[in-house]
Amino acid sequence: MDAILVQILNGLDKGSAYALIALGLTLIFGTLGVVNFAHGALFMIGAFCAVTLQRILNLSYETVDPDKTDFLGQPLKVKTPYVESWFGPDVGAAIIDWSVPLAILFAIPVMLIFGFVMERGLIKHFYKRPHADQILVTFGLAIVLQEIIKANFGANPIQTPAPEMLSGVATLMDGVVYPVWRIVYFCFAALIIGGVFAFLQFTTFGMVVRAGMADRETVGLLGIDIDRRFTIMFGLAAAVAGLAGVMYGPINAPNYHMGMDFLVLSFVVVVVGGMGSLPGAVLAGFVLGILESFASTTWATTTIPGINQIIIYLVAIIILLTRPRGLMGRAGVMED
Amino acid sequence: MSNKTLTRRGVLKSGVGIGAGVALPTIFTASSASAFTNEPTGSSVTLGFNVPQTGPYADEGADELRAYELAVEHLNGGGDGGMLGTFSSKVLDGTGIMGKKVQYVSGDTQTKSDAARASAKSMIEKDGAIMITGGSSSGVAVAVQGLCQEAGVIFMAGLTHSNDTTGKDKKANGFRHFFNAYMSGAALAPVLEKLYGNDRRAYHLTADYTWGWTQQESIAAATEALGWETVENVLTPLAQTDFSSYIAPVLNAGADVLVLNHYGGNMVNSLTNAVQFGLREKQVNGKNFEIVVPLYSELMAKGAGANIKGIVGSQNWDWKLENERGDKYAGSNAFVKSFGEKYGFPPSQAAQTCYAQTLLYADAVQRAGSFNPCAVAEAMEDFEFDGLGNGPTTYRGADHQCFKDVLVVRGAENPSDEYNLVEIVEVTPVEQVTYAPDHPMFAGGALGSCNAGA
Amino acid sequence: MFGLDKKDLTLLLVVALLTLLAPFILNPFPTGSGLAQFNAGYPDLMQRFVIFGIFAIGFNILFGLTGYLSFGHAAFLGVGSYSAVWMFKLLSMNIIPAIVLSVIIAGLFALVIGYVSLRRSGIYFSILTLAFAQMSFALAYSVLTPITNGETGLQLTLDDPRILGASATADGSIPVTNLFGLEMRSAVNMALGPWNFTFSAGYYVCAVVMLLAFYLAIRIFRSPFGMMLRAIKSNQNRLNYTGLNSRPYTLAAFVISGMYAGLAGGLMASMDPLAGAERMQWTASGEVVLMTILGGAGTLIGPVLGAGMIKYFENIFSKINDNVLHGWFAWMPDGIEDLTVTLIHPFIGKGWHLTLGILFMLVVIFLPGGLVEGGQRIMRLFRRRKATEDDQTKAKQPAE
Repeated sequence: MDAILVQILNGLDKGSAYALIALGLTLIFGTLGVVNFAHGALFMIGAFCAVTLQRILNLSYETVDPDKTDFLGQPLKVKTPYVESWFGPDVGAAIIDWSVPLAILFAIPVMLIFGFVMERGLIKHFYKRPHADQILVTFGLAIVLQEIIKANFGANPIQTPAPEMLSGVATLMDGVVYPVWRIVYFCFAALIIGGVFAFLQFTTFGMVVRAGMADRETVGLLGIDIDRRFTIMFGLAAAVAGLAGVMYGPINAPNYHMGMDFLVLSFVVVVVGGMGSLPGAVLAGFVLGILESFASTTWATTTIPGINQIIIYLVAIIILLTRPRGLMGRAGVMED
Repeated sequence: MSNKTLTRRGVLKSGVGIGAGVALPTIFTASSASAFTNEPTGSSVTLGFNVPQTGPYADEGADELRAYELAVEHLNGGGDGGMLGTFSSKVLDGTGIMGKKVQYVSGDTQTKSDAARASAKSMIEKDGAIMITGGSSSGVAVAVQGLCQEAGVIFMAGLTHSNDTTGKDKKANGFRHFFNAYMSGAALAPVLEKLYGNDRRAYHLTADYTWGWTQQESIAAATEALGWETVENVLTPLAQTDFSSYIAPVLNAGADVLVLNHYGGNMVNSLTNAVQFGLREKQVNGKNFEIVVPLYSELMAKGAGANIKGIVGSQNWDWKLENERGDKYAGSNAFVKSFGEKYGFPPSQAAQTCYAQTLLYADAVQRAGSFNPCAVAEAMEDFEFDGLGNGPTTYRGADHQCFKDVLVVRGAENPSDEYNLVEIVEVTPVEQVTYAPDHPMFAGGALGSCNAGA
Repeated sequence: MFGLDKKDLTLLLVVALLTLLAPFILNPFPTGSGLAQFNAGYPDLMQRFVIFGIFAIGFNILFGLTGYLSFGHAAFLGVGSYSAVWMFKLLSMNIIPAIVLSVIIAGLFALVIGYVSLRRSGIYFSILTLAFAQMSFALAYSVLTPITNGETGLQLTLDDPRILGASATADGSIPVTNLFGLEMRSAVNMALGPWNFTFSAGYYVCAVVMLLAFYLAIRIFRSPFGMMLRAIKSNQNRLNYTGLNSRPYTLAAFVISGMYAGLAGGLMASMDPLAGAERMQWTASGEVVLMTILGGAGTLIGPVLGAGMIKYFENIFSKINDNVLHGWFAWMPDGIEDLTVTLIHPFIGKGWHLTLGILFMLVVIFLPGGLVEGGQRIMRLFRRRKATEDDQTKAKQPAE
């Protein structure tokens, strides 16, 4: 029983990441009709916002400690971060400790601007082009982005630990413990998802965007500058992906190809949810997350060997064959 | 390879241009003259360094490449000579190999068998490489080793830890300096017994591919011999990034040791997740819960950050070895010095293995007096040497595996800097990690006969 | 001739000429010179060019004609390779039975996957094919290791129970793949002044197969069947309303294109008897999609150009290192030499991915029709007149 509960939590947690990425991807599909293969890269850039902030906070000056030696036998240079010398060791250390949550503030403007620039500079020119061209150009962009990250940060994973206070485990009930940060991540995802839905549902801006998703031409005819709004939506989608990345850092250390690892999976999630459906994307994210968690239990792998390797794809096939447009898809979106 | 001719590089490179482009195809040659593939005839000899430059192991590959460049420099008489000064065999004198200047080409394995073979083939077919070396995973090592066997060149494996490389898939033209999964198990077992006692219950998480399986098999066999019980062995997909659903069941499995048979990114993630779930602070059966990572590397330690504190694993070599364990491991400091001065940080075990492999190859050629792969292989087989940083070592002829001491290391609690992430716990002497060539974990393959191509 | 009209015949002959003379064309630089780094005329890479050319031609029959974007085509290539290697292990080292089996198995595989996947269209179809391919990859890497040898890849060993032929040669080596005795590995070298050209048996076998495959593709493009496939692409609904069931046509195209992939896989294993699971990974499927779009989807020659381009970058650019650069720019003054090397450094060696990514973007931004359109623009520049109507329609096939 406890084991099942923990696996559901694991599933919700994985599902949070899937749902956040799929949400942004669907926003772009739905509003702009663009197949964005660079979406995984946006997630990765978000995670590296946290890494960058951590590096900035750790900028140090060096002092020589004559008592210790380095690997070449010369006196060891001890590094002290500037923040520690400015704010005192305790406050400085606390700031560094909280670098991941702080990175949220750092990542929001970065990702929004990144999204705007990307849409205005590149994606805009591909609205009328075939999906295949969109795939090629965004895939090229994804490669370029991840190679730039690799050139600056290396290929090795870089730890971005959670603050001391939010790491460790919480006891949920008798005998059931779960990492605090993962609970934080789930709550954070719920907050973002709720925020995006509320934004689209309850603001005039959101209403126009929804109208644009349904019928772009008519909205344009009504004299509304839908393009500008779509640019903002692209920025928003980039920010959602980026924040998902920032917060994911403490769960798994970011590396330059984490975007590619998530890319295919997030496409599967979006399609299983149904093209153009935001609730569908979120639902599919959680469903696949939970199923994946259960498939990796010993019980499942002994019943069907290798099930943990293929579960996501198997489920995708079954759903697409029984529900032609995924869980909640609309007719006519990306079907030709 | 039957296509390489006497003329190919030698004539052309030394510039005997045959009257500058006479338009008659006068020199048609098929499978003749030269005694073996890519026989170097000019004043230089080309080695092929095939390392991962893209993909998750790119940093490890970069470190290997640095070591190769350093080895080439030293072979050609540049720099401070590094381990040439401490190497027990003194035939290398800094004038290249057999008087020929050493040149090299590099390629990208992408950590994929196909790409690695394509890259190695291009080195053999296009650049005339006489020896291929490198790699950062066993799948690639076995694939390239097979290719070199067919092509008739020597393969000096880089970082490959699977038993199969010198077991089921061993080849007459392939040689491995790095240690293997069996040795990890044999070296770790006594230390684990000393640290954690002999009535432990181990839970294994194993990467679901060949290396993972041989690793798990070896560790389970070694620990069960101590009296440990293997509670469960769970296979995890290679592509897995979040291991939470594999870690969570460990909490209630009644196990008190978790063995992570993972490498690279898999290991960094699974260990991070295990620590997240509070396994390191857990108490089971009245004992502290322990995590073991059988195969360590410096890059993995760096990637896992603070999570590796106190976690035990094995290594082929460590840059602190000579400092801490004395003269027996001569060569280590010389290598660290020349590497560190050139690149600004100490070398990894992958770098040391690759450097040693290059020197060993050059030395074998020099002693054999020929670049012929068969002669080189003969010179290498059962060669005993010292002074390359690992202490006295033997290249066993029966399976082309090096036998030397194995390090057991532990993540440091308070590292003084980023290069001291692990501390050496024990150096397991070579006798304890030696096995018979026909050991069941290595059975099923044959070296075959050496192939010189042509 | 060959039942082709004049334009197609010219294209076929040009391709045939280029393919047969490839050892010369791809080796433009003298062996000893610094630029020899850019020579691609060595057997392995030439073989890869034509094999991936076959793969891309086949993919284009499905994607270019029907518009169905399969994201799992690499699975058929992988299955083809495994079949071929098993044939070498069990039957004989002759490549004919191996290739025949790989085409048949890949065809059957495509029939099953196609039958299921073609029940959906658009992106739903893409994801279905992707799912099948990823499942094949994951299983081949782990659970199916007894058949596929997992991570290491399926290789020949000294104790293969080969029915026709020996397990090992007299001197204790593994036998070589051959075509009725002609070893795929054998090659003839020709030194011509400072140049050196290699004519490899394996390459010419591949080249002949590719020409046949290319010819067949032309015939399919120009046949009534091809017309029907185009009709599906331009408007499947309308076709259905006319009372035609389009499914058999798309399925036929899918199977044919799967058999092309199987052929490519079989040839690959024939040139180098190894079959690895990575050949089925989604990145491999994505690669053939990129090849086709990069070259020009829906055109006859485009996919081959795209395949050549990507393989060239993968094999040539990844091998340029700083050492080579210093060799090239040694004539510059020291400071400027270092600066030049530093500037180029990020794009070569371990940075070859970056160069490829930039290239993708540049091509798709400036040449919407892919490399073929680039070629046409250059031709037009030379001719100084507008290309014929015919060319235009060929280049402007929307790539959906």
